[in-house]
Amino acid sequence: MTDSSRPAPGREGFAARAVRVATGLLDRPMAALQRLIGGERMAYVFLAPNLLFFGLFVFLPIGITLVFSVTGGTLLFPSERPYVGAQHYRALADCGSYLDPASCREDHFWRGVRNTLVFTAFQMVAMVGTALVTALVLNMKIRARGFFRAVYFFPVLLSPVVVALIWKWILQRDGLLNAALTLSGGQKILFFVEPGWAMFWAVFVSVWAHMGFYTLILLAGLQAIPADVYEAAEMDGTPPLRVLGRITLPLLWPNLVVVLVLVLIRAVQTFDEVFVLTGGGPGTATLMVVQYIYETAFANQVQNFGLAAAASVLLGGLLIVLTLLQLVAARRKAV
Amino acid sequence: MNRRHWIAGACLAALMTALPAMAQTTLRMTWYSDGNEGEVMKDLLARFEAKNPDIKVVLDTVPFKAINENLPVQLAAGQGPDIARVVDLGGLSGFALDLRPHLKNAAYWEENFGPFLDWMRQPGNTSAIPGFMTQLTVTGPLVNKTLFEQAGVPLPGAKATWEDWAKAAKTVADKVKAPYPVAFDRSGHRFYGLAVSQGSKMIGADGNPAPIDDGFKRAAQMIADWHSSGVMSKELWGSVSGTAYRGANEEFKNAQVPFYLSGSWQIAQFDKTVGNAFDWIAAPTPCGPANCSGMPGGAALIGIKTTKSPAQVARVMDYLASEEVLSEFYGRALFVPGHIGIARKGVAYKGASPQAAAALKVFGDQVSALDPAAYRIQGYTYSRIVFNAAISRLGQAIAGEGTLAEAYKRIETDVAQQVAERNKK
Repeated sequence: MTDSSRPAPGREGFAARAVRVATGLLDRPMAALQRLIGGERMAYVFLAPNLLFFGLFVFLPIGITLVFSVTGGTLLFPSERPYVGAQHYRALADCGSYLDPASCREDHFWRGVRNTLVFTAFQMVAMVGTALVTALVLNMKIRARGFFRAVYFFPVLLSPVVVALIWKWILQRDGLLNAALTLSGGQKILFFVEPGWAMFWAVFVSVWAHMGFYTLILLAGLQAIPADVYEAAEMDGTPPLRVLGRITLPLLWPNLVVVLVLVLIRAVQTFDEVFVLTGGGPGTATLMVVQYIYETAFANQVQNFGLAAAASVLLGGLLIVLTLLQLVAARRKAV
Repeated sequence: MNRRHWIAGACLAALMTALPAMAQTTLRMTWYSDGNEGEVMKDLLARFEAKNPDIKVVLDTVPFKAINENLPVQLAAGQGPDIARVVDLGGLSGFALDLRPHLKNAAYWEENFGPFLDWMRQPGNTSAIPGFMTQLTVTGPLVNKTLFEQAGVPLPGAKATWEDWAKAAKTVADKVKAPYPVAFDRSGHRFYGLAVSQGSKMIGADGNPAPIDDGFKRAAQMIADWHSSGVMSKELWGSVSGTAYRGANEEFKNAQVPFYLSGSWQIAQFDKTVGNAFDWIAAPTPCGPANCSGMPGGAALIGIKTTKSPAQVARVMDYLASEEVLSEFYGRALFVPGHIGIARKGVAYKGASPQAAAALKVFGDQVSALDPAAYRIQGYTYSRIVFNAAISRLGQAIAGEGTLAEAYKRIETDVAQQVAERNKK
């Protein structure tokens, strides 16, 4: 009698032997290390490679930014830059009224803060709302569901610069939208000259470009909701809106929190799409904080790395505060 | 011959081939192009390399924006190229290599590039030879003659004022339905092309920046009035923020602009891209109450002081700056020469269409009409700080974010703050 499930001697046997030899080789030094430092500390050994990269590319830049924010001048190396203390932070905070950017010494920073908050508020509502509705529709048994899932995800694959350029061509004076407007007897609209329109399109393009990603997260959450809960509701004759409010949304809440936090962080960090689409204009109507930081550090004649670093630190602080607030609010709701 | 001999022979052959390559010095040149000058430079460098096999020059072509934004950071980090084509001559003077000790004939450089060397030197330095002008530029108007003819509006004459041109261009635009009667590149340098003719001086008696004077205010008021009366469209100056450059060359090429204030560097690309689509001409700079001067400018090729091969850099520069080679470069790139000897003899613009040749002559003639104040501003170490502050704040005023008076105050504080930051030790 032969055992057909048994691996044939040859390739598989060799692979198994190779793995055994490799683990055997690793086993001895690891066992020695474990004896030396103790079993509990071994976790740090396994975390070390990742922490090293994280430290190099995250903690080190944060440290450098903090050093830059308390030094002045235009030189690049921290050791060559004079210490100026909180001068850059004082310059950013020097305001007659924080609600009126024109009264601030660094008015562009505060215009950037105001625009970023407006953008974030509208973008969050529009993004989460649209992504949720799209996910709900795509979760239903509709025709060509796979095709529509792909279509909504497609813009996510595009580079933000490409997205902005495509929409710029559509929205400019002689763009597709104005051509359609004039063909239908309307007047051309200069979308990038009117502050309201410029902000509207900045939000719209951002939602169009990234909605697919958040839809995917919500769709995964919707598919994880057990079908028998819906069957029970159906047998009870629960109306659809009540099903949405009492079953779907509460069970989707963990995914919604993830989406809300990601959308918030991304909205506050917005730069590339809006910069290419509107250039921060008209005037400073769509100038975002990150664009201010970029221009202060790199685009201005005098590259003020210190002021830009101080603004980055404040932006980081703002992000942490907003994320914590959101998480606390989400936890309370969950309780 | 056995196998060992074959191997030894092959090793020897490989070594012989590798030796010249090992002795070769590679230099990197950072370059940007407005027109065809990159192709011309590549051609000239190939010829240089053929004559000098011990030097290889790698031409790194980057966008114009990278020259202004990325290159300074690279230079500050000590990671710059060996040679670079730059436009912020005063601002980058601290990174320039003094070629003088390595040049074959420094007197030739002083004689032919003398007036422009000051633009590339650090304040107080009167002897350094950092590089040479790859082009001398002059701001001035480019006019769509066909649109004027279609509208039946005569072109204003040689001594016409800004107001004359604005009125004529508006009439043309209204008649032919052109959306941009007058277009200026969104650039502080171009704004000063107007401001100098209004009497602006930029530099105070103490040598510090004094950007807001009567000439500046007259020019700013004119720009603001043109925007409110529809002579200029907000799409150019009002639609982007900060110091962002926004050219109107695409609009001009699409025959949407009767009067376009830009400069001589546009000639090569208009000659190539406009072709026979319409007739365009260069007009003399319109006159203001002070003079009829535009702004000089241009790009220079400079050696970078962090180079490990200054002698080789000087050899490349000596070759490119030689009268024969540079004359060919200006002629093929359709540039106004920044070499006194060549300017005196005249450049043969081979391959230029009649209208490009005529435009080059107009701009060439404008060089002698430049006001001394314009030269001083161009060579001033803080000029770009003022240019950027002016365009950023005037742009805001035009977009409706505050008044001109507020913009003036902001320009003064922006300039003072940036000068202080630059001088912080």
